[in-house]
Amino acid sequence: MSTFQIDFGESRRSKIVGIDLGTTNSLIAVMELTGPEIIEDPQGRKIVPSIVSASGSGKLVAGEAARELLLTNPERTVYSVKRLMGRGVADIREELKLFPFRVAQDSEEDSESVIKLKLGERTFTPPEISAAVLRQLKDNAEAALGAPVTEAVITVPAYFNDAQRQATKDAGRLAGLDVLRLVNEPTAAALAYGLDKRKDGVIAVYDFGGGTFDISILRLHEGIFEVLATNGNTHLGGDDIDNLLLRIALEDVASEWHEDLANDSEGVQRLRRAVIQAKEELSFVPQAAIELAYKGKRYQRVIDRVLFERLIAPVVERTLEPCRACLADAKLTPEQIDEVVMVGGSTRIPLVRAAVERLFKAKPHTELNPDEVVALGAAVQAGILGGEVEDKLLLDVTPLSLGIETMGAVVSKLIHRNSTIPASATESFTTAVDGQRNVLIHVLQGERELVKDCRSLARFDLKDIQPMPAGLARIEVRFLIDANGILNVTARDARTGNQQSVDVKPSYGLTEEQVEAMIQESFDNAEEDLRERQVREARVEADNIVAATEKAQASEAWASLTPEERNAIEAAKRDLQAVYHGRDHHAITDRIEALNRATMTLAENMMNTAVRGALKGTKIE
Amino acid sequence: MSTPNKNFYDFFGLDRRLTIDHEALQKRFYELSRHWHPDRFTRKSAEEQAQALEATAVLNDGYRTLRDPVKRAEYLLTEEGFPIGEQRSKDVPPELLEEVFELNMALEELKDGEESARPQLEAAKENFAGLRAGIDRELESLFAKYDASDSESETAKQALHEIRGVLNRRRYIENLLRDVDKALHPALTASEPVEDRL
Repeated sequence: MSTFQIDFGESRRSKIVGIDLGTTNSLIAVMELTGPEIIEDPQGRKIVPSIVSASGSGKLVAGEAARELLLTNPERTVYSVKRLMGRGVADIREELKLFPFRVAQDSEEDSESVIKLKLGERTFTPPEISAAVLRQLKDNAEAALGAPVTEAVITVPAYFNDAQRQATKDAGRLAGLDVLRLVNEPTAAALAYGLDKRKDGVIAVYDFGGGTFDISILRLHEGIFEVLATNGNTHLGGDDIDNLLLRIALEDVASEWHEDLANDSEGVQRLRRAVIQAKEELSFVPQAAIELAYKGKRYQRVIDRVLFERLIAPVVERTLEPCRACLADAKLTPEQIDEVVMVGGSTRIPLVRAAVERLFKAKPHTELNPDEVVALGAAVQAGILGGEVEDKLLLDVTPLSLGIETMGAVVSKLIHRNSTIPASATESFTTAVDGQRNVLIHVLQGERELVKDCRSLARFDLKDIQPMPAGLARIEVRFLIDANGILNVTARDARTGNQQSVDVKPSYGLTEEQVEAMIQESFDNAEEDLRERQVREARVEADNIVAATEKAQASEAWASLTPEERNAIEAAKRDLQAVYHGRDHHAITDRIEALNRATMTLAENMMNTAVRGALKGTKIE
Repeated sequence: MSTPNKNFYDFFGLDRRLTIDHEALQKRFYELSRHWHPDRFTRKSAEEQAQALEATAVLNDGYRTLRDPVKRAEYLLTEEGFPIGEQRSKDVPPELLEEVFELNMALEELKDGEESARPQLEAAKENFAGLRAGIDRELESLFAKYDASDSESETAKQALHEIRGVLNRRRYIENLLRDVDKALHPALTASEPVEDRL
């Protein structure tokens, strides 16, 4: 359908999207004139499961398609990979007992290198797998917005450390997204709730998701969201509740069927699905059944809410400890919290709500869908960055203290936890031996005093120091945590003022070179991806023109056409529909062009009718 | 606004005084945040972005320092040539000798699992918290003394000297309180020393 192009100016510029990259589910949202909106996929679904599967050729698919493959192709499919972001093999030994992660042989035990997972014949790092989810979200957004999407705000758990944040940023880059900001999930949720409408107040955000738990306390003041303190556990979530139920179900099955399903990936996956379904039902009904029909056998177990609550009480209690610590850090009592906001699917559980209400002595907000609120908040933050939202500003904090290793393997803290970011500290270093050329700085994150109890972030090598007697060199090192909560280190020779070169070896992350290599590799696959995208974009355009034509056919302008003109339009429309499902985008765009030409007169008639209508409307009274 | 000054007082546009109007400081912090926060510079040049990042780091570091009376005093002492860096004396202030001895005994007992030491520690904690409150009042009047004098005068220098001594005593008590808290509530050991507001 021919249309008259209107220049929308600013709003035509591609939008910054907001992404909730969750352990279980991911969502993408964008700021519209009326407020933040979740973007649906072409089938109208808002949620993209954070599940990724590798095809035989090593191509990754994510989302709903991968969810199906989790049952039929469990060996090539992975979920909850967020639990592995920015972590080492030694960290995840506990996780491996409960999650079917297949760590590749060449991931070194006990080393501080990045984990590799085996999916079929190939291995992938967690950022590469997360990138597949991000790419799916990006594709959905591009199809819905009809424009390329290149810039994003991505949310992370507030309690994510530097390595986990860096890994998330790497995933964004691998997916072709410029990550303009990482935002903490609870803070994003606070933005989405728009609680700044009350002029001043203190709010707590309790965020209990699929794999992580966060608590943040914020002060609101005239549109400023100032985080006072944050706490959490990056390995506590709904997954842990699933695992409790799964263990019971596996024991039942073992005794009833005389068969241990634990080593049967497909069986475990089916049982896990059944367990999750029962868990979700129990939030609304007093009892639910875990049911499994598999390999010609049936298993059923009814669980009532009393038993369920007894089972999960320890998990819920574990979320309250960080809440109390967070209150103490904010120097507040529960009575001083004006509002409590609930985020994350696990906050649907009545026991969780009751526990939160008891602790904070306030009825928690549950008006917004707990699955969507983080993505909506990310879109608000995208709006702040894009300049569309001017009255709000987020002042977040770093969740963990940053320090350096000193004598005796003790950590000397430079930036304390709950410091508003960006935050910085400067420290002087010197040489210990005559003529020493290098100084190695070991940076750690955590609250404990000894190096072994903190998290190694990176080793910085101050290189090419002017040879001189021991103790004379003075290298000033500046540690700066940026607004994303990511550490930047710069060094200068205090005597000469020259910039000092620093070599960074991230402890659990990818090096810059590795990320570059992965991006290069994705370019090699880009040709195929480009073709796919062109087809998809052509189809979006075809949908638009067919819809516009059909709308016109119902108007009075249609009646004014000659029968030949009408037949020509019908024929052009049929031609377009005939190639619509093909793989050749040229065929689709050619037929779009043809339909455009055929509807020229129709469009003019419609325009005239519209102008006449508008003129009538402006009659002077 | 031009490139920010790295001196916290100048950056906030405040007089170099030890007593600070908290409300005014917070208001200024919010104003400067609205101006300098990196979120406001997404669509600007790389240089402007770097400048915003630097300015906001100084702003946040400054707010953290100035809003806390102890950190504020330490900052001003350093600026005025009274470095406090290596003054972290481990020596027990003589007037506390006896109490500290008893406290350490009780700490040892509790570590050995003698729960009977608990009430004694609770009492000691209250005692030392009281001492700290006294020190904070003392600091408050020394702050006023400094603020009332010409910053170049002998009176001002004398006040800073006294403040440095009082801060050392306060730090000692602070550490003791932290040890007691650790012993009483091992679950919360990750906590930093909780600095009370004056």
